[in-house]
Amino acid sequence: MTENLFIGYIDRPTFLHHLSGSTKLIGFISFSIIGMVTFDTRFLLGILIMSLVLFHYAQIRYREVALIVKVIIAFAALNLIMVYVFGPGYGMQIYGTKHLILGNSQHYFNLSWEELFYLFNLLLKYVFAVPLALIFLLTTNPSEFAASLNKIGISYRISYAFEIALRYIPTVQRDYRTISLAQQARGYEMSKTAPLMQRAKGAVQILLPLIFTSLERIETISQAMALRRFGQQHKRTWYMARPFKTADYLSLIVIAVWLILGIYLFKVNNGRFWNPFK
Amino acid sequence: MVKPIIHFKNFSFQYDSQAEKTLKDINLDIFPGEKVLLAGASGSGKSTLGRCLNGLIPEAFPGKMTGTCLINGHQAKDSSIFELSFDVGTVLQDPDSQFVGLTVVEDLAFSLENDCQPQAKMQAATREWAQKLQLTEFLQHSPQEISGGQKQRVAMGGVLIDESKILLFDEPLANLDPAAGQATMQLLNHLAAQQDLTVIIIEHRIEEVLSAGIDRLVLLKDGQVAANDRPEKLLVTGSLAELGLREPLYLSALRRAGVNLAECSSLLDVQQINAAALPQALQQWDTELELSSAAKPKIPLLEVEQLDFGYQPDRPIIKNLSFTLYQGEMVSLVGKNGTGKSTLSNLIAGFLTPTAGNIKFTGKNLLKLSVKQRAEKIGYILQDPNQMISQTKIFDEVASGLRLRNVAEATIKEKVIEILRICGLYEMRNWPIAALSFGQKKRVTIASILVLAPQMLILDEPTAGQDLYHYTEIMNFLEKLQRQQHLTIVLITHDMHLMLEYTQRTLVLSNGSLLADAIPAAVLTNDQIIQQASLARTSLFDLAERFKLPSATDFVSKFIQAERQERIDD
Repeated sequence: MTENLFIGYIDRPTFLHHLSGSTKLIGFISFSIIGMVTFDTRFLLGILIMSLVLFHYAQIRYREVALIVKVIIAFAALNLIMVYVFGPGYGMQIYGTKHLILGNSQHYFNLSWEELFYLFNLLLKYVFAVPLALIFLLTTNPSEFAASLNKIGISYRISYAFEIALRYIPTVQRDYRTISLAQQARGYEMSKTAPLMQRAKGAVQILLPLIFTSLERIETISQAMALRRFGQQHKRTWYMARPFKTADYLSLIVIAVWLILGIYLFKVNNGRFWNPFK
Repeated sequence: MVKPIIHFKNFSFQYDSQAEKTLKDINLDIFPGEKVLLAGASGSGKSTLGRCLNGLIPEAFPGKMTGTCLINGHQAKDSSIFELSFDVGTVLQDPDSQFVGLTVVEDLAFSLENDCQPQAKMQAATREWAQKLQLTEFLQHSPQEISGGQKQRVAMGGVLIDESKILLFDEPLANLDPAAGQATMQLLNHLAAQQDLTVIIIEHRIEEVLSAGIDRLVLLKDGQVAANDRPEKLLVTGSLAELGLREPLYLSALRRAGVNLAECSSLLDVQQINAAALPQALQQWDTELELSSAAKPKIPLLEVEQLDFGYQPDRPIIKNLSFTLYQGEMVSLVGKNGTGKSTLSNLIAGFLTPTAGNIKFTGKNLLKLSVKQRAEKIGYILQDPNQMISQTKIFDEVASGLRLRNVAEATIKEKVIEILRICGLYEMRNWPIAALSFGQKKRVTIASILVLAPQMLILDEPTAGQDLYHYTEIMNFLEKLQRQQHLTIVLITHDMHLMLEYTQRTLVLSNGSLLADAIPAAVLTNDQIIQQASLARTSLFDLAERFKLPSATDFVSKFIQAERQERIDD
């Protein structure tokens, strides 16, 4: 019953836990953007090593994230295969040279060092972001989420929607379970032995009562929030917000240095790609 | 002269969506520091009046106001929810759905956050209020980790933290177990004195609320003030019963014993109430009435034998539980929240599989049957009908269980019509379900289970949040089913009136084992059980003890018997 749909926050005394959620969010977003844009392998390897080091310091245990890591690996592998299948010659096109390993350039399917190198860059992009995302999710108190979003400039109404969602996920899960049991008792087969069509039908039968129950809940919540003056002012403060400390400013400087380095490399490389073949 | 803090003069209100006025010509003054109980049957306008006080009317529920409504000097007509929220703190009916923070402390601080208060101030304020409301040790807990009573205290703290002087409480008892309800009322009494609050409670469970030291009782009927006076005055006249409200049980008992309530002193307190003729009248009534002991032959229906269940081996939820239910019984299943009541019904319905033990139904092993097969023998009805209804028309809803069992459409029609007649829904068979009231929806859910011809029903809180009229309607219907269809009915409930009045037997669960299995009157006159299972003493018990009646249990049974007799005669 204690199955967790989401990987959750675990309080541990590391410096990453003590950083403000906003700092971590800014870091995560900045690294993601620059890392997604650039194809400079040296830079990507640098970020990857840094994120693995941070991951180590965050004291996150593998079994806490095993499931999501496996899902990501499977997804990344599938993605790389598809990228290759749809454009085996794309690497040569980008780097402008032809170092073939298998086949010849006349055929659609061939394998070149350029293509392999291109795919390797893609792999790095998928991989470096994972530890960073996990660090952000597992070292940031969910109560601080909304405050962090608000701090980086997102409207507090939208930020609070995240908090409300986190708050009510367990409630909706409970409603779903109750409704599903009641419907099963009336004869909707939803066990794994039932035919797919029947299970799909059963799911729809749960959806209608679940929607009505949730709509009612939303009405009460919005009244309760209005009665406590949510949405009246242009801004609000957050009980759980963490004020910036020295460590936060230092981290932001480090993030900025990485960003500047990434942008500087665009200039050095004359574009997004670092080309070792020339 | 003190000026009223709330002042209604010739006040009327009509919702834009309604053809008639919901509140008509209200004249009412409430003075600072008063504790007012606002009562009335469903549809009497008491919730609407509450919404006028906190500004949900006209902002969230638009409509037309005429006359005057002044709240702490503000015109209700021109005030927004925002402005009124500084004067009136509102605690809504369901403390779970108004818990908007991820932890207790965030929820307490919610309105201060919205006022842009600095963190230091919020920390000081939450610390202070957590202490006043005994929440200090729960500050970091999530709403899933605390009980209903604690959630309600959080909700109170979340509005009182604004230092507003008026506290509006919408049906505070509806979602609490009896012990938690009692504790809330005592806390409220204490806080009101300490903080100089004006308290308005909307509730139809009058006996429980009176223990909060109510100064004034305002009774509404059809949108008008039907009575407005000190509670002891209104209790004497018996105007509660006329308005479809239930008077305190001990007063009903005294009336039955022929005591003239007008001659009684300390009418509001069962520990103090007295009159010259009272002791003798009570003793005489108790001696004269004979308990009828019509022992019926008992045919076992459901046998639970040494049942064990737990998600983890070291943390059992059901421990070595054994009991037998007999055909045609109406049984109440009571106990604290989280004590295994729902788990037990899930084990019976087949949603969970016991780790040890056996369940037999009419002598056959129930555990071998699937959920679907068990549903044809035992029907399970949830508290909230909206969670059960999956069709838009009554006929289809009732027919769906049969359709899923591939019964021929002609047979379905015949069976559904028969059930609809039994449930008094035949005339409405083509109505959309959305047009039904709560009680009618409840009947639809019962009908859609009955059509499968089960021999037993399990109902979770069948009357929660219902006024006396609808409560009686639902319960009389169930009683009729019990008599005419010889159904065995199990009620899972927190409502002690319900268990006393309608059930013949009570199973008390505590930490997964059976704490008691006895007649309700015996359970509610046993202090040890009451305490362990978070129940509350019935005032009849207090009465019997104070006037030294030979057996409190018998006295309670006699009273219930007399009430039941009258109900059947009607």
